Amino acid sequence: MPAQPAPSASPGRTVMDDGDVARALTRIAHEILERNKGVDDLVLLGIPSRGVPLARRVAARVAAVEGVEVPVGSLDVTMYRDDLRMRPARTLMPTDIPHGGIDGKVVVLVDDVLFSGRTIRAALDAMSDVGRPRAVRLAVLVDRGHRELPIRADFVGKNLPTSLAETVSVRLAETDGVDEVSISGSTGGDLG
Amino acid sequence: MNRHLLSAGDLTRADAELVLETAGEMLSLADRPIKKLPALRGRTVVNLFFEDSTRTRISFEAAAKRLSADVINFSAKGSSLSKGESLKDTSLTLEAMGADAVVVRHWASGAPHLLANAGWSRSSVVNAGDGTHEHPTQALLDAFTMWRHLGVPGSHGLDGRKVAIVGDVLHSRVARSNALLLKTLGAEVTLVGPPTLLPVGVQSWDVATSYDLDSVLPGTDVVMMLRVQQERMNASFFPTVREYSRRYGLDGRRMATLQDHAIVMHPGPMIRGMEITADVADSQRSVIVEQVTNGVAVRMAVLYLLLGGSEPALATGLTTTGLTTTGLTTTGPTGGDA
Repeated sequence: MPAQPAPSASPGRTVMDDGDVARALTRIAHEILERNKGVDDLVLLGIPSRGVPLARRVAARVAAVEGVEVPVGSLDVTMYRDDLRMRPARTLMPTDIPHGGIDGKVVVLVDDVLFSGRTIRAALDAMSDVGRPRAVRLAVLVDRGHRELPIRADFVGKNLPTSLAETVSVRLAETDGVDEVSISGSTGGDLG
Repeated sequence: MNRHLLSAGDLTRADAELVLETAGEMLSLADRPIKKLPALRGRTVVNLFFEDSTRTRISFEAAAKRLSADVINFSAKGSSLSKGESLKDTSLTLEAMGADAVVVRHWASGAPHLLANAGWSRSSVVNAGDGTHEHPTQALLDAFTMWRHLGVPGSHGLDGRKVAIVGDVLHSRVARSNALLLKTLGAEVTLVGPPTLLPVGVQSWDVATSYDLDSVLPGTDVVMMLRVQQERMNASFFPTVREYSRRYGLDGRRMATLQDHAIVMHPGPMIRGMEITADVADSQRSVIVEQVTNGVAVRMAVLYLLLGGSEPALATGLTTTGLTTTGLTTTGPTGGDA
């Protein structure tokens, strides 16, 4: 079950506030449209949990610019993770593929933080069991570096140089009551 | 660490809700072009069936295969079990073959418990029905089916829902597991049957009982009909089949007294014309076929939660201390029909 903590004090140094997050998502929406030359065949798939509200927000901005609702869904990657066996069995998140599917579409995967790249690898595998998109792009709110796989993002809200000891936390109004990206030196919940 | 599912009574409310929630995600797989997930790739699941079964064995096989596990089917007929091999030797053989999970159906109540706790093997044991004792995955799929029809959105419980379990409760592992699980999920259970077919000590089950089906039907949300298990009966429990049918069978007339939203369930196999008439079994209210579909999803959820990670996601097994954990003991004759 997704943790839904009440809004609390930032766990570390704030690097993006709600205004920064909003501007980054608006820019990403424009970049997606520019790259795709419009909304044709576009499908946004968020990776649970925080990729899903981000995908919805990007879709809302696309709709505001183009006047067209693009299909939004979610893609759970839990069972495709390469570290599935290394931790206790994890709760599954919803997978919700929009009507019309993803065959022949341009799928934009949306996630909060790009770190090792392993989540995205799992997402690519999960997607191949759902259909065959014409192209797959990746949009992330934060790219914190330290890739362990040859994966890069097409649309990035903010490049955030970090050390491996640091933790990046993304909190969103939908799940956490507040929009904020923060960075702390302590160990804790990992993102990636 | 223990990693078994032996009794529906071992599941906490959080566990049961986690299984139902996970089953919901598994069910959505049926709409996808590729009905397979990689979660149990390289794991071996053995279906060890000492008693005949169609639905349960196929259901577990489909569930394990959809999760990419390797499945070995092992039934008493056609194996060395029919030559007199003991449960222990069978278990040691499975261990030597590297089974990660053993799904066991046995005519003796308590056999899965012995398999899990005797120290013969390290694999997970899932009880697929033992004698007249328990059938936890059936109870989970029944609860899942009820929840999909009658559940409150946003909750995985069945709080306040009224469930009537009707018929041969005495010999029914389905009734016992359902009574335990439904209570955990907050439903109110009424067991209905002739006095001879209600277990001795049913008072300790913390459920209501009734001998009169007609008085129970109008207030219930779910009617679950049970098969009369002739094969386990070595005494007379009712005068004639006809009389049983008249008093405890669900026919069109009785179904008409149900509330509009009420559903009719049956764990199968059905004896049409005895505990349920054909028109009821095939009616709009009947969710019997859906129960089978849901069975695969629920068993996928159970196998995933027990085997998917480095350790099980369910607390079950930690508290397992024996058949008496649940406060229930098997009463009445057991079917020693091996």
